[in-house]
Amino acid sequence: MAESGSRLLVADDNKVNRLLLGRSLEQLGHIVAMAENGRIALEMLRRERYDLLLLDMEMPEMTGFEVLEQMVADRQLRDLPVIVTSSLEGVAHVARCIELGADDYLSKPVNPVLLKARINSSLEKKRLRDQQSALVRRFATSEVAEDMQRSGFALGGKRITGTVMFCDIRGFTSITEQQTPEETIELLNTFYTLMFDAITGAGGVVNQMVGDGLMSIFGAPLPLADACGSAVRASREMIELIEMLNVEREAGGRMPLKIGIGIATGDMIAGYTGTHSRATYTCIGDAVNLAARLEAHTKLAGRPILVDGPTAQAVAGQGTLEPLGAVQLKGKAGTVDVFAVSV
Amino acid sequence: MSPATVNPAIFAELKDAAGADFVSDLVATFTDEEAPQMLAELRDALAAGSAERFRRAAHSLKSNAMTFGALPLGELARSLELGGLPADAAPVDALQAELDRAVDALKDLCRG
Repeated sequence: MAESGSRLLVADDNKVNRLLLGRSLEQLGHIVAMAENGRIALEMLRRERYDLLLLDMEMPEMTGFEVLEQMVADRQLRDLPVIVTSSLEGVAHVARCIELGADDYLSKPVNPVLLKARINSSLEKKRLRDQQSALVRRFATSEVAEDMQRSGFALGGKRITGTVMFCDIRGFTSITEQQTPEETIELLNTFYTLMFDAITGAGGVVNQMVGDGLMSIFGAPLPLADACGSAVRASREMIELIEMLNVEREAGGRMPLKIGIGIATGDMIAGYTGTHSRATYTCIGDAVNLAARLEAHTKLAGRPILVDGPTAQAVAGQGTLEPLGAVQLKGKAGTVDVFAVSV
Repeated sequence: MSPATVNPAIFAELKDAAGADFVSDLVATFTDEEAPQMLAELRDALAAGSAERFRRAAHSLKSNAMTFGALPLGELARSLELGGLPADAAPVDALQAELDRAVDALKDLCRG
């Protein structure tokens, strides 16, 4: 994919190199700015937005190595792609640049064909990174999105203790049968808006939306002081919001909405699964399965919010919990102590 | 046969890629502004006994010489970059002589 029209900064103290590199980049259709040493380059990067930095290593006042070090420490600059252009001797220098976060290394004199390929590849990587962080912001609070950007994107997970919540609309099929598809889409959008509000407001992250249901996580990717309490508070607010929506719906002669919520707490692996270009933040563990089973069990129990033992224990004293005793849930070998949260 | 002062193939490639007019201006920047400053810096650094300044100046000159295809000049500059502070000015004088040849050759190539 052609990536012309990007804003590139060339940092090189050598005038001939600077002019020639600038010329090559302009010929590729980019907008080029130039800095004659590392200090000026860093000032320009902090003042204006660039898509890519081409960085010489050997410069007076501030070397390229120092620029890379400062960029890693700067949250605004750490994701900016950097291609090192240098005629320094020895692979040790190249290795050090890569360690300091440079995306690529071109030795001088720079081959125009290689230059074009490396620039396009770096810009494409940046575009993917930008897309990912936009995606993250769509399902996470801005604090969480920032944390993900800080800690970086990597497939694989880490072990955490967290609380998982599943929520589903009851009897959704019969609702869809009674209204037009347009009305159903509008209902789903309203439902998701209300649920997101309650969940993110309590510190949770909605990480999956499937049909008429959603999954959310409390305590990952950011640790939460009181993950169980936050999840239970969110669930109560979700029920309240649905009841308010139902007042409107019933006034308009429509069927009231009913939701079921299951909450479970425990050790799990939280992280990204998928591929490098398309991934989902999710949790995997026994508590995740249990929360889904509890949510399904709300129908049978006739109670809108069900939680497991560890969650109930953590929120004891924060509201009324009613023990429903040991229940045999589908897919579980033994019985599970289930508690209903009063609303 | 000794290698050409300026490798014609490398210089032609540079002209093709960046444009003849641009390369003429770039050669003038090198021959009239940059190269004399680099030579002066080499001599100053040698007089001051600063190995680091000497290495940097030699490094810059090497880089530009290679860009224009002035390979013998580039090799001389490279040996100065990696060789540490010389005992006397003889290697710098030799570099100056090769630079003068390269400047003439580059100006000829721009006119041609």
